[in-house]
Amino acid sequence: MDISGHILAALLKILFIIAVVVGAFAPMLVWAERRQSAMIQDRVGPRRAHIPLPRGVVGLFRASLKPMEAGVFLSFFAAGLAILTLVLMGLFGIETVAGQDAETFYLAVIGFGIAGVLLRLGHKLHKGIVDSGGKLALLGLLHPAADAVKMIFKEDFTPPKADKFLFSIAPIITVIPAIISFAVIPFADTLYLEYWDQVVPRDGEIIATAVPMQVASLNVGILFIFAAAGTGVIGAAVGGYASDNKFSLMGGIRAASQMVSYEVALGLTIVPCFMIYDSLRLEDMAAWQHEHGWWGFFIPPLTIASILYLFAAIAETKRIPFDVPEGESELVGGYLTEYSGMKFGMFFTGEFIEVVVLAALAVVLFFGGWDVPFLYRSGFDLPGTWELTVPMTEWVITDQFLLQHWAVLLIQVLFFLFKVVVLMWLQLMIRWTLPRFRYDQLMQLCWKGLLPLSLINILVTGILVLLWT
Amino acid sequence: MAAGVKVLERKKRTLAEASYVPEIAKGLGKTMGRFFKNTFGPEEKKEIATVCYPEEKREYPPRFRGIHRLTQRADGSPRCVACLCCSTACPAQCIHIEPAEYEPDDPRYGYERYPAKFIIDELRCIFCGYCVEACPCDAIRMDTGMHMPPSTERGHFLYGKEVLLNLPGRDGTYLSGNPRHEPGDPTHPGVTREQGH
Repeated sequence: MDISGHILAALLKILFIIAVVVGAFAPMLVWAERRQSAMIQDRVGPRRAHIPLPRGVVGLFRASLKPMEAGVFLSFFAAGLAILTLVLMGLFGIETVAGQDAETFYLAVIGFGIAGVLLRLGHKLHKGIVDSGGKLALLGLLHPAADAVKMIFKEDFTPPKADKFLFSIAPIITVIPAIISFAVIPFADTLYLEYWDQVVPRDGEIIATAVPMQVASLNVGILFIFAAAGTGVIGAAVGGYASDNKFSLMGGIRAASQMVSYEVALGLTIVPCFMIYDSLRLEDMAAWQHEHGWWGFFIPPLTIASILYLFAAIAETKRIPFDVPEGESELVGGYLTEYSGMKFGMFFTGEFIEVVVLAALAVVLFFGGWDVPFLYRSGFDLPGTWELTVPMTEWVITDQFLLQHWAVLLIQVLFFLFKVVVLMWLQLMIRWTLPRFRYDQLMQLCWKGLLPLSLINILVTGILVLLWT
Repeated sequence: MAAGVKVLERKKRTLAEASYVPEIAKGLGKTMGRFFKNTFGPEEKKEIATVCYPEEKREYPPRFRGIHRLTQRADGSPRCVACLCCSTACPAQCIHIEPAEYEPDDPRYGYERYPAKFIIDELRCIFCGYCVEACPCDAIRMDTGMHMPPSTERGHFLYGKEVLLNLPGRDGTYLSGNPRHEPGDPTHPGVTREQGH
């Protein structure tokens, strides 16, 4: 592949990451934080932002309700009829019914079943829109969009005696490193360009143009993430300092000391990963877990490491229960006090992007990265060796299920994103469960709790690795 | 140690509690359980306490005192006889009534009067319900179940006779439950203002 091909591939990957992280995950997290927290606290939550549909469209929806209902009934009836026919054919050993063999009826069951389920969903959706009088609210998903529009058009206030340059650049310093960290996270196995519509052989070297599924394959790998995340602290500290407000300054100082402390703990908690995976490259770590078929989380020292990592990671993102830099009860809003409009919005987005990055990092380190159980380069290979013939047909289901290269990669990407979503959700749930730590307790937890524990964990891992090899 | 003071022994934390991890897991379980119950659970098990207000409205309790209405007679005229009991009883002095005589050929002439003007300043009203208590004719009621619709204009809150007459009660009628004995009806006591009791 020539240089322009490399640049094109890199651009496509950057676009993909920005679309997923900034375009999808950040609004989703805002939505989840608003709506789910409401559900946890027995409230309805914000869901009123909507697009009003024109009357004609609503009328059309209303008119389509009855036929859809009939369609659902007919589909399920047809599927049921096909199942009944199949059962009768099996019982009495009939070869064909009305000139059709069993395979047609199997297809009919699947086809009508899917059609029925889809129609059912469509009916529910249409009914919801009609019942609400033509308001397309999408479960309140439009609320983050309304929030964003509000933030963009809000007055962008700068305190009169603030340092204008530093005040403006602080949110940017927070957001950019958070997005940059994503550069080294692999979201799928290597793409072999020439094989994209073929089945890749499961073993052996492959001679083809390899495109790594990560923006930058750096040999420092994870250290790059720490370098970028370490820059994030400057944003909070500078923002607090430049606001010309004592609360902001206190918040900035707290943010700086907290993040510097937890940076140390965060780094040490994942040292056992490097020792076991024997690499600093994140793609190698994911590949190690894929090859050994054993996610890091299930290796005892790494189980402890993952819990410690979760603590340190939440503290590093300055989120509840470690959000003392904001601490509304003591510091008004901490380093965010003077920020409004889109500058505040950028801090806010930066925080959510950090949540995504740390979840993605946790997935790569402890939960196999893009590894899908039983999915290999060539396709699925379920445990055991077996064959299953679908009765009355010549269809055979085996433990091997070959997939084309693009399908394998697609499944890997989707599963990776799914794992990230689960971990983000866990972080949200922790945010809504625990009360805030006091500042001294926070520091004690870091220096007297996490740090010694992670050092002991490194020692234990070292002994285990020595015994093992 | 002073008498009557009982020193309780402080409960020691177990290792599991001190490490926080199982306790946090328990707390997470509570949070998640709540979330799933309120999001995906069956409708009757949900414990959501709020509503999306302007779209969904809560029913007010049955004896809620809403904005006033003037009840009507069978022919649509006000039951009010302009006795001024309500405006006298009103602690906020928000009711203004101008009484008038019926025409001499009206069967009610000489028996009762009617309000030519009946104005309630709903902004001044304190919704105590004394006017309803004071009314001898069941002519004023606060059973509309509505609160005042908002407005930016003070004048909009001066509700005149026509407005008050055309507000239905919560049951949708403009009448009152009590029967009315019109002059000329056999049940009418037949006592006029001039005759006295």
